[in-house]
Amino acid sequence: MIWALLILPASLGLFCLLSRSSNLCRYLLVISALCHSTMVLILACHREQTISSQWIGLDDAGLLFLAITSLLFLGAAVYTFGYLKAEGDSPIKDIEEHFFFKNSHNAVFVGCMLFFLATMTLVTVSRHLGLMWVAIEATTLSSAPLIYYHRHHRSLEAVWKYILICSVGIALAMLGNFFIVVAGTHIEGAGPLLALDDLIGHASSLNPTWMKAAFVLCLVGYGTKMGLAPMHNWLPDAHSEAPSSISALLSGALLNCAFLVLLRIHTVMITAGLGDTSRMLFVLLGLISLGFAAVFIIGQKDFKRMLAYSSVEHMGIIALGLGIGGMGITGSLFHAVNHSLIKGMLFMTAGNIMAAYQTKTIADVKGLMYTRPFTAMLWLAGAMAIVGMPPFGIFLSELTILGAMLDTGRFFVAGAYLLALGIIFAALTAKVLPMIFSPPTDPLQTTPDENNAKKLSLKKEPVWSIAPLAFFGFLSFVLGIYMPPWLSGLLDGVSRSLGGQ
Amino acid sequence: MNSIFNFLVILLILLNFRLISSSRLMPCIHVLVIQALILSGVAWMTHQGHMSLHLYFMLVVNVFLKAAVLPWMLTRVVQKNIISRELDPLVGYSPSLIIGVVLLGISVMISRPLSLSHTLIEDLFLPVSLFTLFSGLFMIIARKKAITQVLGYMVMENGIYTFGVAMAIHEPLIVELSVLLDVFVAVLIMGVAIFHISREFNHIDTDRLSVLRDL
Repeated sequence: MIWALLILPASLGLFCLLSRSSNLCRYLLVISALCHSTMVLILACHREQTISSQWIGLDDAGLLFLAITSLLFLGAAVYTFGYLKAEGDSPIKDIEEHFFFKNSHNAVFVGCMLFFLATMTLVTVSRHLGLMWVAIEATTLSSAPLIYYHRHHRSLEAVWKYILICSVGIALAMLGNFFIVVAGTHIEGAGPLLALDDLIGHASSLNPTWMKAAFVLCLVGYGTKMGLAPMHNWLPDAHSEAPSSISALLSGALLNCAFLVLLRIHTVMITAGLGDTSRMLFVLLGLISLGFAAVFIIGQKDFKRMLAYSSVEHMGIIALGLGIGGMGITGSLFHAVNHSLIKGMLFMTAGNIMAAYQTKTIADVKGLMYTRPFTAMLWLAGAMAIVGMPPFGIFLSELTILGAMLDTGRFFVAGAYLLALGIIFAALTAKVLPMIFSPPTDPLQTTPDENNAKKLSLKKEPVWSIAPLAFFGFLSFVLGIYMPPWLSGLLDGVSRSLGGQ
Repeated sequence: MNSIFNFLVILLILLNFRLISSSRLMPCIHVLVIQALILSGVAWMTHQGHMSLHLYFMLVVNVFLKAAVLPWMLTRVVQKNIISRELDPLVGYSPSLIIGVVLLGISVMISRPLSLSHTLIEDLFLPVSLFTLFSGLFMIIARKKAITQVLGYMVMENGIYTFGVAMAIHEPLIVELSVLLDVFVAVLIMGVAIFHISREFNHIDTDRLSVLRDL
């Protein structure tokens, strides 16, 4: 079953690359996303029967992140289905500099998207640090053509930074893997230690000096991919230049995958008795990320870049929660779930706004409520959720992490955390609200007749661009007021393996 | 045996200095080929007693990719874009040499507490692998041309491979193979990106890729 999860998207992706037919590919994308989600659901219901080897297996953490990835991909696939149709084949005028450019071929785009899904699935199911390394590097390579979908110089710049920075990061992570092996070489009869179960089994006899060095290298390496500041430089560029559904996937699924790998290495560190080192580093990087995000959101003029920095912020919160430990671990995992849902929704809503206003500048978007009422509602709800207002799930997870900080008596960390969250709350709200409520300036966009306007706006907002987003928002809303028992069981399971409560 | 290892270590250090102080691209690619050959030689010598079939296979694939395919691809990129040297780097060549010396010192310092001191090879090769890694990173940061940055990335990979060889780390075949393939595909995609960059901008200087920024 796990193998099917990997092989299905990969083989369909290959088929798409070879077929060169845009329409067929669009349908295949949605179908394979549906199949993938269904299989994940079945897998989640019958976990006892899953095979588990040294290489591949599905534990609590893997299942949690696999489910998020699969769900988000389904939404993004539906959105992309309509998006690719709307883009068409003719040259498109650039919205910022007004030159004409072409998109890359849809078959290539869809094929790479499916490869991307396969590689992300591989990250979540692998039980071997070497295989995880390969999978993370493969996600970089398969998503690079997706970022370069619009063939113009800005997306080229973004993709170059993305490949180079992430490859350098991932190279450091490989050195980290080697260090882990060296840390275990003196253990008799174990062979090279990289399989997660072996590592945890032999954790107490690992060489601490090498393990610490390995953790630093892995944290820098995978942290680059996760978007932790100060290694986040690729993130705003890639997120702002990629098509919106891809930004949603990068932010909601890819960053989580990198986080999952760090989580695994953290588990090894904890069982090796080196948990304090890794916790301290997580807290440090988390605070730096929060600081960077707060500073850059204040002055941001581009709403997609604003969302990208918000991703840096939330990755910082997740790292912080993990570093605090205790209830913070549960909070941080729950935060990852909510962040994926909301950020996926927000990025795709940003895509709708871009399609309507042909701009990414915050100041140029006015009166969203009058021109695109549904998009406006989603944008408002998403912004409320992302800054941590109740009743959305992010409020709950941020509160849990704060509670964990106060429990462990880290008042300085809690103060810095609240300050950064407060700044981001104010800055983001001040940018989003005028976009929605200020009166529209463009006379063409408003029609005097109220009914007519309503009909027009309904027509302008097709179902594919609204329904998946509303679904994500609704899910996060539900998670904010009701925690399903299976989810809390899953979160507790992961938390227990990390020594939380 | 030890004298041979000493000789190779010094050669690797000198090759790194050659890389970070050279403005010409073709000699840099040749240096990369020599590095790959030396590393494979070291790997072969450290495992002379117990060479298994899969080790031979790995060595052959490694030599084939790093000493033949990748340099050939990079040479093609260089020739297609008609670039022979890196002009006007961010850090000049004489300062680069001095920084190289500093990097070597830092690598020796870092590797002292880390050394397990099982054998002489490990003591020698840990600083060298770190130095190679740092030289690669330095090349990526201090040079403007996209192709030089790719060269820097490959130097970094060589540094990591040096470490793997010296510590005799041999993971199962599947991981090693896929690691090699990943590096190969990464460089391939970077090559394609360079091609697009040169077509879009008529040059491959990455310092002009600076539209996207916040400060």
